[in-house]
Parts: sequence; structure tokens; C-alpha cells
Amino acid sequence: MEVLLEIEDLEVEIEERKILDGLSLTLNRGEIAALMGPNGAGKSTLASILAGKDNYKSIKGSIRYLGKDLFKMSIEERASKGLFLAFQYPVEIPGVAMSTFVKIALNAQKRLRGEKELDAIEFLKLAKIKAKELHMSEDFFKRPVNVGFSGGEKKKAEVFQMSMLDPILAILDETDSGLDVDALKVVAEGIKNFQSKDRGSLVITHYQRLLNHLDPDTVHILADGKIVKTGDKTLASLLEEKGYQGIIEAA
Amino acid sequence: MTVDIKTIDAVEKATKEYKYGFVTDIEMELAPKGLNKDIVRFISSKNEEPTWLLDWRLDSYEKWLKMSSKNPKWANIHHPPINFEDAYYYAAPKKESDKPGSLDEIDPAILRTYEKLGIPLKEQEFLAGIAGSGKVAVDAVFDSVSVATTFKSKLFELGIIFCPISEAVKEHPDLVKKYIGSVVPKNDNFYAALNSAVFSDGSFVYIPEGVKCPMDLSTYFRINAADTGQFERTLIIADKGSHVSYLEGCTAPMRDENQLHAAVVELIALEDAVIKYATVQNWYPGDEKGKGGIYNFVTKRGACRGKNSKISWTQVETGSAITWKYPSVILQGDNSVGEFYSVAVSNNKQQADTGTKMIHMGKNTKSTIISKGISAGYGQQTYRGLVRMQAKADNAQNFSQCDSLLIGDKCGGHTVPYIDSRNSSAEVAHEATTSKISDEQLFYCQQRGLDSEEAVAIIVNGFCREVLKELPMEFAVEAQKLLEISLEGSVG
Repeated sequence: MEVLLEIEDLEVEIEERKILDGLSLTLNRGEIAALMGPNGAGKSTLASILAGKDNYKSIKGSIRYLGKDLFKMSIEERASKGLFLAFQYPVEIPGVAMSTFVKIALNAQKRLRGEKELDAIEFLKLAKIKAKELHMSEDFFKRPVNVGFSGGEKKKAEVFQMSMLDPILAILDETDSGLDVDALKVVAEGIKNFQSKDRGSLVITHYQRLLNHLDPDTVHILADGKIVKTGDKTLASLLEEKGYQGIIEAA
Repeated sequence: MTVDIKTIDAVEKATKEYKYGFVTDIEMELAPKGLNKDIVRFISSKNEEPTWLLDWRLDSYEKWLKMSSKNPKWANIHHPPINFEDAYYYAAPKKESDKPGSLDEIDPAILRTYEKLGIPLKEQEFLAGIAGSGKVAVDAVFDSVSVATTFKSKLFELGIIFCPISEAVKEHPDLVKKYIGSVVPKNDNFYAALNSAVFSDGSFVYIPEGVKCPMDLSTYFRINAADTGQFERTLIIADKGSHVSYLEGCTAPMRDENQLHAAVVELIALEDAVIKYATVQNWYPGDEKGKGGIYNFVTKRGACRGKNSKISWTQVETGSAITWKYPSVILQGDNSVGEFYSVAVSNNKQQADTGTKMIHMGKNTKSTIISKGISAGYGQQTYRGLVRMQAKADNAQNFSQCDSLLIGDKCGGHTVPYIDSRNSSAEVAHEATTSKISDEQLFYCQQRGLDSEEAVAIIVNGFCREVLKELPMEFAVEAQKLLEISLEGSVG
């Protein structure tokens, strides 16, 4: 199995506080890994660091993505090389239609990769197919990015963008929180459609219920800035039963 | 050859005491520096104007002189005093008196300049023949004199007059005499008085009763000569039931010194007439340290004279070191409509004090103001607007929305709305917001593959969308590009 993402001894300090403290994690192509852990454990920090956010005071350790030093890549370069982050709190961009935004993003990535850009017609054709796959109405193509979206709509829109941008590594930061049962199914379907033997998913979640749909290969428990336990999907059920405290103490 | 003799004659007549006559460098013909009655006479005689117009100019000059110690100081702009004696008030391409009858006769150097600006005149007529949409007739003003007017003959068949105002003075004196100064009086303000005295050329449009102008009319202004002020005068009259859409683009080359631009635009809409006036202003803004750039002091005003008439201003202001500009509408006719859509950018050391006045006089008049101000670098941006409901403006309505977007923490956005309601049935609504481009927005866009400049561009375009959608397609595309260029380097 080919390694997609390899994090070694990651230490991150933000505003005098150590958020990640010696975190190591490996994700292979074809793997769906769940990252679970109590609030404030550093899950979202990890996600944003992977995507390239540089709001930290200091950072140590190494991250290799597709065999290359991730720290040497700009945010957009990471994106164009197939790293996608579904945001926990998707950001509003008033006045920019969702379809315009995704088209510009997709073509910016294609440009960075030296591929041919899609024209308006090719783009729309693709967008319609993807929306249909996710049982989403095309109405939202015209709506401004995340403006006035319900919680569920925002998360579905993230999955739609993921499916349009067609990444290699998808990091989903609590994409399941705040979703009703139907929306949860859509999100799970989106991730399953995306997943293949060449790709990997890192699914950050608090809940068993998304994992029931996804059938993860690996479950990591993150506490106090490091991975305290790694197991298969039974670990998630154990967690449901015993709570984080129980697992952490046993570890 | 006759050109030069004529010119020398004119100068000798007009400026007897100036022993050097006029200054001519390689390409330009200039009146001597400074402003006095003889310069006013010189400009008038260069344009072979009738006496009434010369008198009108001289009267304006007198009025300006009386005001000249009090150029307006209330705007939120700061600049060293302007030395009005140290500028040229007339510059014309030397061969102007050849009166080019067609594009082929235009100096190829001038055509190349226009091509650089993206308006290949030679292609205009050709393009119009094949493109169903986007027909544009261009009246190009190179410094002070219109050098080419395309499509004139086609428009003429419909009775539409679209020509340099200097020509309109000769060919249609009654129309000019009737309307010039009727919306912006000679002594309206300091810069309008100056313009009335020394305006050298500009565009004239008359749309006859019931005619819908089949294409957008367009003027591309350009300041070329160093030290020249440019004082165009534009007059647009839409007769009963007529429609016209007018596009104005401006640009100027980079120069270290500051140049003055003081234009006057007057619009008159009679009963049921519609005038849409769009500007994309990209005068040289100066460098990042604030050196050079155009001082843009412009008076633009429209009068909805007739019932059910409509005047709509759309402006995208990305250039100029200083912008001082308040395109306004006087809503005289009952049920008339005034609109103002504006995007203004001030980056680096640019300063913009811009807005509108909506003066409601007639019953059931309506106005809409959408203003989007973007500040970056050390740029300062002020929206200044007046909404006045006169006593007879029963059921008049206004809606204003003024949004400011700040990029970085060294710039400023200011909103100064004046509301003056003298009629209890009138409604005035004002909304204002100030926002910053957040790090989260940038990060989100970059995570999707955009670099930081593309990210700023898309956020800014979204912010301006309500205004940009008012522009004709090609103009909107140009405006978006200009916004991108003007904000380059605004985020680190």
C-alpha cells in the first residue's frame, strides 16, 4: 500500500498554547481513517495545518504528502495537488454564485497542474451530474457561496465542491455535525462515491453514526495533542460505549 | 500648411501680448500656460465658435475668478494647492484642422495609442457588422479634440446626433444653446465654472423623440500631453420617449506630476425618456508613494425633466490620485426615476470622495443609490451623498445602500449621507455596512486553489456584483479586470 500522508512528531503552538504535541499519523491510498477525540483535542488545528493555515506561533515535526514536504507547498499548491479540506465552518462569500466560485477554483487548480481548463458548458454539464449524484437541487448553483445556507446545506455544499474538485486526499472536518438523517446520508454517499483505491479520506467526527455509513478502515483517537490509540472500526463502537475518558485511561 | 497659418492667426488675434505665440512640440499644439481672458478667447477661436458661446465662456471665467479663492474644501481629500496658472488649458493633436473625414485620415500614431487602450477604432465598424450584440459607437477624445467619430452616418439615419460638442455648436446651435448650462449652471461650483470657461471639446448626443438608440454610444477619454488639464464637456439630450445608453472610459499615461481633470457632464431626459450613463474611470492613480496621478474634479448631473423619465448613473472608479465626483439626478418630472450605482477603489495613497445627490421635486419620484467603496493600502474612501425630498415630492421614495470594504488596516472608509426631507409622505431608507476581507475568506478561497490575488479579486467582485451587473457585458468584464489590477499587491 502506498502512503499518501505521513505525519511525524507534529508539534504546533498557537498563542502560547501547545495544541499538537508529538502527533504521528499515516494514511494510505485507499484508506478511510476516522479521527475522533474530545473537544479541544486539536482535531481542527490538524486539519487546518494540513491545508496550509499558518496562524501558529511555532511548528515542528514533518508532514509528507505524496512523498513531498508539505510545508514547502503554498495553500493553493496543496489544493491543486489534490488536498481538499471540507471546512467545519464553511465561509460566506457574498455576491459570488456557488457555480462561479467552483468553476474559478476548478480552473485555477487545472491551470496550476497545466491541464486544459473547462469552458462554461463543460463545467455546467459536470456540475449537473455531480449535483444529481448528491441529490442536490441545481438551484443552489446561483446562490452566493454559503450565504443564507442552513447548516446542512453548507455541509452538502462542501461535499459538492469536493466531488467537483476531485481531490486525492479529502479531510472532512466534522462534516457530519448538525445534519439531519437525510443530509447525513447525502454526505456519507458523497464520501463513498469519492473514495477509491487511489484516494484517502481523513474523517474528523464526534459520532459513530457517520462511521456506520462509511465503514472506516482505521480509527484514531486524538487527545492532548497526540494520537493515543489507533484501531479498526470496533474502536469507534467501544468509544460510544465507554466515552473518551474510558479509552484514554485504558490507553 | 494652411493649418499652421490659421493657428498662428488665431493665436495672434487671441493672445496679442504673448510674444512666443503658442508652444508646439513634436506632436502637440498648446496654448500658452496659464489662464486669462485671452486663453479663453483663443480656445473659442480655435473651435471657431459663435459670439454667444465666447460671451458665455467669458462670463464663466469672470464667475470663476470671483470664486477662485474658494475652491471647495469640504471634501475629505488632501492635496497641495493647485496652481491654475501653471497648466495648459488647450492641447490638440497638431493635424486636427485637417478635419479627418474618415478613420483612414487619422494619424496612425494616435490609432496605435487607442489600440493599446483596447479600442481598435479600425475594427469598430467591421465588428459592428458581424456582432449582433455589443455594437458600440466610439467618439474618441484625444486630449481636447475629438479625432474620430464612428457610426455617425448610421446614427444620422435615425436622426441621432452623436458628435464632438465643438461640431454641435456649429451644426446644431439651437440645441446646444438651449441646454448647455441648464443642468450645471456656469457658477454651480468652482470646477464647473472653470470648465465652462475653458472646455475644449467633448461629446454631444441628441436622441430624437421616440427613438431607441440601437447601440451603446461610447467615448474614450485620454489625457496625453504633460501638464495639460483636460476639460471636456458632455451634453446628452434624450427627447420624449427616447432611450440611450452611453459608455465613458478614461485612462491616462503615467506621469510624475499631477494633472487636473475637470469635466462637466449634463444629461437631460424629457418625458418618458431613459438615459443610462456608465463610466469606467482608470486615470493614472499615482505610484504607491502617492507621486503623480490625476486630480479628477468632475461635475456630473442629470435632470429628469419630463414625466416618467429615468436617468441611471453607473460608475467604476479605479483610477485617479484624487476623485471628487457626485453624479446626481434632479427628479423634476412626476414618476421619474434616478439611479446611482458606484464602485470606487482607493489603493495605495489614492483618495476618493464620491457619491451622489438625488433631488426629488416631482410626485412619486423614486431613487436608488448603491455605493460600494473599497479601500486598500493607505487609501481613503468617502461616500458623500444627499437625498432631498422637496415639499411637493409627494410619495417620493429613496433607497440607499452604502457598503465599505476594507483590505488591510491602514486604509479608511467613511460614509457621509445627508438626508433632507421636507415632505411627510416621502420615504427615505439608508443602509450602510463596513466589512473587511477576513483571513478566513482568503484561506477558504486559497484552499480551493486560488492564489491570494485571485482570492481578493473574487471576493471584491462579489462585493461589487450589484453594481457590476448594471454595466453592459464587455464593460463589466473590463471593470472586473481593472478591479483586479488596482488591488494587485493589496494583500501580502
